Amino acid sequence: MAQAFFGGIHPNDQKATTNKKPIETLPPPKHVVIPMSLHIGAPCTPCVAVGDPVTVGQKVGDATAFVSAPVHASISGTVVAVEKRIHFSGVPVMSVVIENDFNDTPCPDIAPVKDPDSLTPEQISALVKEAGIVGMGGATFPTHVKISSGLGKVDTVIVNASECEPYITSDHRILLEHPEEVLGGVRLLARIFGVDRVHIAIESNKNNAAEMLKVKIDEEKAPAVVDVLQTRYPQGAEKQLCQSITSRQVPPGALPAAIGCAVFNIVTTMAIYNAIYHGKPVTHRVVTVSGSGVNEPKNLLCPIGTPISNLLDACGGVKKSTFKILMGGPMMGHSQFDMSAPIGKGTNAILAFCEKEERTVEHPACIRCGKCISVCPMHLQPVFMYQYQQAGMLPALEDAHVLDCIECGACTYICPGRLHLVQAFRAGKQLINNAKAAAKAAAEAKAAEEKKKEA
Amino acid sequence: MDYKDLNLIGSSSPHIRTKDGAGHIMGEVMIAMVLPLAFAVYNFGPRALATAAVSVAGCCFFEWLYRAMLHKNNTLSDFSAAVTGILIAFVCPVTIPYWILLVGDFFAIVVVKQLFGGVGKNFLNPALAARAFMLCWAGEMTTWVGPRSSVPVMGVIDAATYPTPMSLLHENNLSGLQQIYDLPKMFVGLIGGSMGEVSAMLLILGGLFLIWRKVITWYIPVTYIGTVAVLTFLFPRGNDPVQWMLYNLLGGGLMLGAFFMATDYVTSPVSHLGQAIYGVGCGLITVFIRYFGSYNEGVCYAILIMNLTVWIIDKNIKPRRFGVVKEKKAENAKKEAAKK
Repeated sequence: MAQAFFGGIHPNDQKATTNKKPIETLPPPKHVVIPMSLHIGAPCTPCVAVGDPVTVGQKVGDATAFVSAPVHASISGTVVAVEKRIHFSGVPVMSVVIENDFNDTPCPDIAPVKDPDSLTPEQISALVKEAGIVGMGGATFPTHVKISSGLGKVDTVIVNASECEPYITSDHRILLEHPEEVLGGVRLLARIFGVDRVHIAIESNKNNAAEMLKVKIDEEKAPAVVDVLQTRYPQGAEKQLCQSITSRQVPPGALPAAIGCAVFNIVTTMAIYNAIYHGKPVTHRVVTVSGSGVNEPKNLLCPIGTPISNLLDACGGVKKSTFKILMGGPMMGHSQFDMSAPIGKGTNAILAFCEKEERTVEHPACIRCGKCISVCPMHLQPVFMYQYQQAGMLPALEDAHVLDCIECGACTYICPGRLHLVQAFRAGKQLINNAKAAAKAAAEAKAAEEKKKEA
Repeated sequence: MDYKDLNLIGSSSPHIRTKDGAGHIMGEVMIAMVLPLAFAVYNFGPRALATAAVSVAGCCFFEWLYRAMLHKNNTLSDFSAAVTGILIAFVCPVTIPYWILLVGDFFAIVVVKQLFGGVGKNFLNPALAARAFMLCWAGEMTTWVGPRSSVPVMGVIDAATYPTPMSLLHENNLSGLQQIYDLPKMFVGLIGGSMGEVSAMLLILGGLFLIWRKVITWYIPVTYIGTVAVLTFLFPRGNDPVQWMLYNLLGGGLMLGAFFMATDYVTSPVSHLGQAIYGVGCGLITVFIRYFGSYNEGVCYAILIMNLTVWIIDKNIKPRRFGVVKEKKAENAKKEAAKK
């Protein structure tokens, strides 16, 4: 087993509920809502108008900025609205609403690339951008940016199939059901970065997928090696994964490219394959619907932009006592309050909870046990950072390297005093960044004023 | 299905937590103390159980009273007051008058713990601070009965002071001690002393249980006991260093202190290296007091003194920042890379 990172937690992985259930296709939704922001970076601008007919895979939002990715129609039909709609982040975002004609007419522009094996890394990167591919493990960072910023620096390419968040099984099912497409993407990544073998990182709770993949790699002589990693959260976090595979640590504030690593989620890898060999943009994704509140947990293949309520309906609805519905995993997912919010490119799970998952208390109290320190994969001391944050001591908080925090939530999970640790750090980071921005703005204003005086 | 009827909570991640809360941890500490308590009843009679019960009741009552009077939330459910209650009973002789015990409970809970902000905020171990305070009644606190006595719950106690291992060690009377108690008796706990400190065997068992349950780490007990072992072995009084060392380890409150007192979360360092430093410090001071003090036992004061150093240890022992290599290491790595 590869060298591991410090800390981490071992929550019950809850994956048995859905890891043997084959991927089902969601009944087609009546309409989809495609937000212009399905990625980190600049939002897209809508390039269709109300009344326009659209086809599956047609671009509906154009990305002009570098750190951005276009969005595509996931069903065929008519554009019925271009307006702000509720987004899974909780705020309204400009969206294109499409009414389904249930024909699934493919976009005529979609055609396999001619002679895909002769493409240069730059050409592949451009095609990846056109296909709207972003980090589909949840971070949704535009993949072409990762490729082009890593070219020439990267000696280790890691495909992340560790899926360390509890409940989620979408990556696992994709590995089992679509290994050829994943390996096709792996081949492309090896070619882009000029490496002999790509590391496929899988946690030991998915041994059947790892074994199957090893056989496939041998059969197809794919340029890949399967690394079975210890099942421990947050094994799939980018920095921790790099450390587990290479024992190198990403310096503070840097990206994995700084230590010669590039990490791609397995769904992203598959999307790259489909974009290059079949010309297909990102229009669908697999979502695990699970949790104590869901009547029939499932793995569903859904058009992007489908409202959450459609997914829940397809799983027999939720129990009356459901108190929380999440998009993403239980450790880093976002709680949802409006079920008409659409699923995005990084939505790997919809979870509903109705039991004692939360365990928050009215009066959290630190007992100084130090368990938060022993689980922090970023070598931080949450116990003291929390005190600084509560006392409003921002300089001390920054000195404690709060900006290194990856917000994995391990400290909050383990805390016997039930403190809201990560939540406090998020607020603290925001305050520090605000203060920095304000100081920068003030300095700029001062410089401008002095320039004026001089002139 | 209409999802608008659901009462949904919107909150920031993470959305799951371990089931092991503070109450759970304190519950495990109490489980670890069951056998030593049972042994105290066996060794000293029913009054041991009554003393523990009175002390727990007293601590819980004072905690409830203080918080109720100040309109603060009730914290009895975290069981920390109950644990303090048992520990106070453990560090007293079985003959302690109940009223002195209650004074100790009051001091521990109200003065040491609540006045500084309650659970997690006190800077001294409440049980040991209470013991230090209760030594105002020096006579009552140093009246010992022999092993296998049966002290009644109520009634006049025939307080014939019996020699404890510590008093004999303090007189450098190892051979005298060996005549009264052989090593197996010392290990099992058929000796005189404070209620909960006598059975080294059961205290070690309880400590191992806590380490196994990941309630405590091994750093403090091992460094603490190890330091005492090394020092007493290197500087024996008498001509048998091994015997001298073993009697020093098994006598007095060392095992109780190392496993149950020095490991108190609130008053010990949070980092593993800090815990090791703290353990060594406890060991040094314990031996220092035992050797040069006019009081024959040093565990209580050693831990209290080290409690006062925790802030400075915590302030100076920081984990290595993720992704930052020490300069020397970085240079070495560069050289190696250059060689290649």
